[in-house]
Amino acid sequence: MMETDMPKQTLREWLLTDTPTSRRHARYAAAYSGWLTLRANTMAMVGLGILLLLLIIAALADLLSPMDPFVQNLGGRLQPIGTDGHILGTDSLGRDLLSRVIYGSRITLYIVALVALIAPIVGLLVGTVAGYTGGIVDAVLMRITDIFLAFPRLVLALAFVAALGAGIENAVLAISLTAWPPYARIARAETLTIRNSDYIAAIKLQGAGALRIITKHIWPLCISSLIVRVTLDMAGVILAAAGLGFLGLGAQPPSPEWGAMISEGRKFILDHWWVATVPGLAIFTVSLGFNLLGDGLRDVLDPKEGGHS
Amino acid sequence: MASVENNGNGRRRSPLSSPAVVLTFKTLGSIIITMLGLAFITFVIGRVMPIDPVLSIVGEQASKSTYDDAYAALGLDKPIIVQFFYYIWDVLHGDFGTSLLTARPVVDDLIRRFPATLELATLGTIMGVTLGVPLGVLAAVNKGSWFDQIARVVALIGYSMPIFWLGLMGLLVFYGILGWVGGPGRVDIFYADIVPSVTGMILLDSILDGNWDVFWNAMSHIILPATILGYYSLAYISRMTRSFMLEQMSAEYITTARVKGLPERTVIWGHAFKNILVQLITVIALSYANLLEGSVLTEIIFSWPGIGSYITTALLSADMNAVLGGTIVVGLVFVLLNIFSDLLYRVFDPRAK
Repeated sequence: MMETDMPKQTLREWLLTDTPTSRRHARYAAAYSGWLTLRANTMAMVGLGILLLLLIIAALADLLSPMDPFVQNLGGRLQPIGTDGHILGTDSLGRDLLSRVIYGSRITLYIVALVALIAPIVGLLVGTVAGYTGGIVDAVLMRITDIFLAFPRLVLALAFVAALGAGIENAVLAISLTAWPPYARIARAETLTIRNSDYIAAIKLQGAGALRIITKHIWPLCISSLIVRVTLDMAGVILAAAGLGFLGLGAQPPSPEWGAMISEGRKFILDHWWVATVPGLAIFTVSLGFNLLGDGLRDVLDPKEGGHS
Repeated sequence: MASVENNGNGRRRSPLSSPAVVLTFKTLGSIIITMLGLAFITFVIGRVMPIDPVLSIVGEQASKSTYDDAYAALGLDKPIIVQFFYYIWDVLHGDFGTSLLTARPVVDDLIRRFPATLELATLGTIMGVTLGVPLGVLAAVNKGSWFDQIARVVALIGYSMPIFWLGLMGLLVFYGILGWVGGPGRVDIFYADIVPSVTGMILLDSILDGNWDVFWNAMSHIILPATILGYYSLAYISRMTRSFMLEQMSAEYITTARVKGLPERTVIWGHAFKNILVQLITVIALSYANLLEGSVLTEIIFSWPGIGSYITTALLSADMNAVLGGTIVVGLVFVLLNIFSDLLYRVFDPRAK
């Protein structure tokens, strides 16, 4: 499989070559072999499948949901699972549970996406600056990180939401504020190992400034370990968001947020069990999906096999 | 994990500073700094609250002068940094203010409620450890087998389940349908307040009093929430145990032991397991701390009169003193457990120095 000059070879061969011809080629090849490892991991693929399904459901919510998730029908309240027209039954205001769960997937995705953007970026900034600068800046930043890390996350998020006021954006903010410290630690650790390597010294000699070194040469190397951590954390984010919703501090009532739906169903749990069960299963499925995928990704991207910190 | 990490700059080596002394000072320093940080965060949260603390004392109808007096009495006219020191001073004296909801000092409420949370988290941890450790060891020993796969799935499900929902489902099945366990609350209403409160933990109190009726009733109430918390700690502990054990099992001394002809059981439990004990204890301490926090939602579901439900009810009625007091206490316990586990690791594992 040596000679790589002719376009005779298949795409697969081109991707699996040992002698990449360009940087882009090497990058694709690395991604492809990572994908092959991931594909061999059944559980990770199940996780990926669940998440793709979630994306599709959220995107096509208007088409998929049989009814308007907000329309009330007091005559048909608390219909059990399997009722005509309401496959998953209805809640205490007669709203179709299936439609509400489908629309709830959008809220979940919204929260997850925002937290997955905010927390790692904050962590990356803090961690790389601390690691690269060293000295007092490092000590102060890491001390702050430690303080946040020492705080119980859910309780801190609760206190933040109490101060900011209930609502979905504030829940996102509160969760992000409690979620960034582990990313900062990872980014700092990576930076410390990279900082003194020869290639950094080489670009320094070429006159590159700190900003360029951090953004162009340190960040790209931090990304893969951050991605693994993000995927593993997302399940926790979903659970935290659902917990806040359940306590009435996240998304507010008419919104079909899954945690808030469980909270509504809680009052009827003994007689009308499905109202709280259905959204709970949805939360469970999605966070299981993230956990499965994260577990597999860790094997692919981060072979050191660290535990949860 | 937590805190005591800057041992890279321990350059000043005076003859007096033995490692133990340095370690003690570093630990103390890190506790103090972390707690100051916690206090600062709660202080800021209390500041940005949209609720006017003066109005909640004097009421809407108060005249301007009453308002100003109360304003000054609360120290709100002082610079913010001075206010922060007042706040620290109060907290150090155990003064978290008065709860709007119960009209009692927050500290009294917390002392009354803490044992309930402690009882629940302790029982949960005991369950998590007694099941999680063997599960992890067996999974590591039989790596790749069906048992390992099942252990993995059990743990993943534990990580993925919303705890409040699992609690609801447990109530539905074991209380609502099967009737095997007591419902919400710590004891049935006619068993309440029978045994004198010594420790505040009803299981212990009823044993001390020799009142077994109360004990079994309390047991039937605590068993479900404790099992649910225990499941969470099991998920974490079994995964960590497995990865620790895998590390040991591939070490050379294990091969040596096997070559010597030791029975596999001795190799696993006598050699490998012995070597993960220190790591394991730190993990257990962490999981205990997590359970104290994880009990927030569980307590709501089971109407458990602990710190978690105290904080959340206070939150919903904007009782900020209670929220901040509760947050500080939970934070303090969390920090202490973290540091304890860190310390344990350093003391017992010579490599960590």
